[in-house]
Amino acid sequence: MLQKAVHEGERSLLSGNEAVALAACHAGVRLGTGYPGTPSTEILETFSRLGGDARWSPNEKVALEVGLGAAFGGGRALVTMKHVGLNVAADPLFTAAYTGVSGGLVIVSADDPGMASSQNEQDNRRYAVAAGVPMLEPADSQEAYDFTRKAFELSEFWRLPVILRMTTRVCHSKTVVEPRAPAMNAPLPHFQRDLPARVMIPAYARPAHRRLREKLARLEGSAAEGWAWRVVEGEPELGVITSGVSFMYVREAAPHASVLKFNLVHPLPVEVARRFRQKVQRCVVVEEGDPYLYEALRAAGIDVEPRPESHRFGELDVARVRRFLAGEPEAVVERVAGKPPQLCEACPYHVVYKALQDRDCIVAGDIGCYTLGVLPPYQAMDTCVCMGASIGVGLGLRHVLPPDQARRVVSVIGDSTFIHSGITGLVEMVYNPPPTGHVVIVLDNATTAMTGHQEHPGTGRQLNHEPTNRVVIEELARALGIRRVHVVEPRSGSDTFARVLDACLEAQELTVIVARRPCVLVAKRLRELDKRAAALNAR
Amino acid sequence: MRDKMNSEVISVVIAGLGGQGILRASDILADVAFAAGWDVKKSEVHGMSQRGGSVNSDVRFGSRVYSPVISPGEADFLVLLAPEWQEHFQHYLKPDGELLSASEIDVAALPHRRSLNLALLGQLSRRLDFEETLWIGAIRRRFPPELVPVNEAAFRLGRETA
Repeated sequence: MLQKAVHEGERSLLSGNEAVALAACHAGVRLGTGYPGTPSTEILETFSRLGGDARWSPNEKVALEVGLGAAFGGGRALVTMKHVGLNVAADPLFTAAYTGVSGGLVIVSADDPGMASSQNEQDNRRYAVAAGVPMLEPADSQEAYDFTRKAFELSEFWRLPVILRMTTRVCHSKTVVEPRAPAMNAPLPHFQRDLPARVMIPAYARPAHRRLREKLARLEGSAAEGWAWRVVEGEPELGVITSGVSFMYVREAAPHASVLKFNLVHPLPVEVARRFRQKVQRCVVVEEGDPYLYEALRAAGIDVEPRPESHRFGELDVARVRRFLAGEPEAVVERVAGKPPQLCEACPYHVVYKALQDRDCIVAGDIGCYTLGVLPPYQAMDTCVCMGASIGVGLGLRHVLPPDQARRVVSVIGDSTFIHSGITGLVEMVYNPPPTGHVVIVLDNATTAMTGHQEHPGTGRQLNHEPTNRVVIEELARALGIRRVHVVEPRSGSDTFARVLDACLEAQELTVIVARRPCVLVAKRLRELDKRAAALNAR
Repeated sequence: MRDKMNSEVISVVIAGLGGQGILRASDILADVAFAAGWDVKKSEVHGMSQRGGSVNSDVRFGSRVYSPVISPGEADFLVLLAPEWQEHFQHYLKPDGELLSASEIDVAALPHRRSLNLALLGQLSRRLDFEETLWIGAIRRRFPPELVPVNEAAFRLGRETA
């Protein structure tokens, strides 16, 4: 990973995520916030290593609120998350479009078409439309760098948050980047009172909404000028309209075609497409995910060919685009199944899943490495929907199932996921206890393991691994009034966890079991960090 | 026309199981091609699929590279660290593409069993037109100093037995 800053004119191979981080440094970003999520995680980690002030928040909603506060105060802020993270942050996003910002605020939404490491493949271009915020979409690392810089300029000029929409292939592909000189115009944070702009009571929000729509209309007009799109002049027989990494597949699949690539995907400069359409005989749209460009162009009365419904699913590549342009149906690639991912051999959660499997528990699960408990040999997870859902779903099942089944319902959630959005689930449990009680197991491996071992508020260390205040999960549970709280170390060869689980299932009370044992992949690093923290304390 | 275009870009799939050093190997290859003055794109996947499951990383280089991803049937080389999963990765290779498999490496002769990735890069290096100094430079940049000798030795072993 990128360890030190790359300077003006110095070419290097960077991932899209590294390029965003470098651009954030060069743009003078005051604060980077976010929650880890593949494929976005490395942006803040790199920004921190390059000397930026980067912090993990408990979840994406808080991250965006902190970023918004920084931007209200006139500082430039970068907020990063994966696509589903924007669902969590949607509440502040929609109204931040009304309030606007003083310092530049750029939100990275890293989408995952094909679901390399996600529970859905939602297309967040829809969020730009729904919230009414500008969105830029890079196709490679150079554009990730350039568009991040551009996004800060746009954000400050229009006084609006701007979304940079990345996808897995742009985040995690390394391509050549040549950076520009750092910005010299980063504003100094300073509070300027502006009640009608910042306090969204209805009387102030109504004009704010009109202001937003006027800005977007003017932005769309100015986007016809050139930075918002790019045309590759080609032969007139075939015209392709595209955006993001699909542009690369198109250029390789049809090197002679005329291509219109949108850099700004919202507001979409449709008049550019209208002009482009007139110059080509056949015109198609190539895009991954939802038919977003296609629908916008058709709604503007621009005659583009329908795209195959199959392009909604998975990632595109050169071969898929080539077949589509040739009018051929999608090929079914015959491939032998690979090895599925699995819990590490020495993972402490084997003990937990074995116990759940042996007791035929009904397991409401959650998002993380431990979701792999759904696969053989355990198949000990019955639901997994979104971050934090294990607790609410478990409670719902307890409420309606007949008692013999309800008593076997257990919620299983990781430590970072619990902090992210399990706490409100626990409040629900205390407030609306099911008649048979409930058992919540927090799998605490002292890290956010799935995304590559990031810190979180329960580890007591910040993003850069420096010590800070620690949120103690069992103390939080007790403070909520849960009387049955156990902390157990799941060890192979020991039946302690199983015995505690039996007693808790039997008791029919509200229960939290913290199954605590560090992830084997970071146990050594954790010991070193603990030693360092102890030495600091002793001084 | 297509053949001419494709012949200007070399596509290498490095494949195996999470934890075998696939990303490191693809980083080194990408560094070498970049240092040699080519346009380079390299693609990989992080997260869930990395946990011991089958993974691959794509490296492409040439005078101008567009796609960072190698489509099925379009790889010039398949560098395979987990021979037992050959059937799963085979479909990436062109009909006349070449498989470089760990099954051809004498693991007992390796300075460390985790340096299999470098031994295979050594074999690949024989088939690509890059100077050895570029490879050695990339290895030295990608490993902490204490791990450089083992990995250099593995690379040379692969290069000499290719």
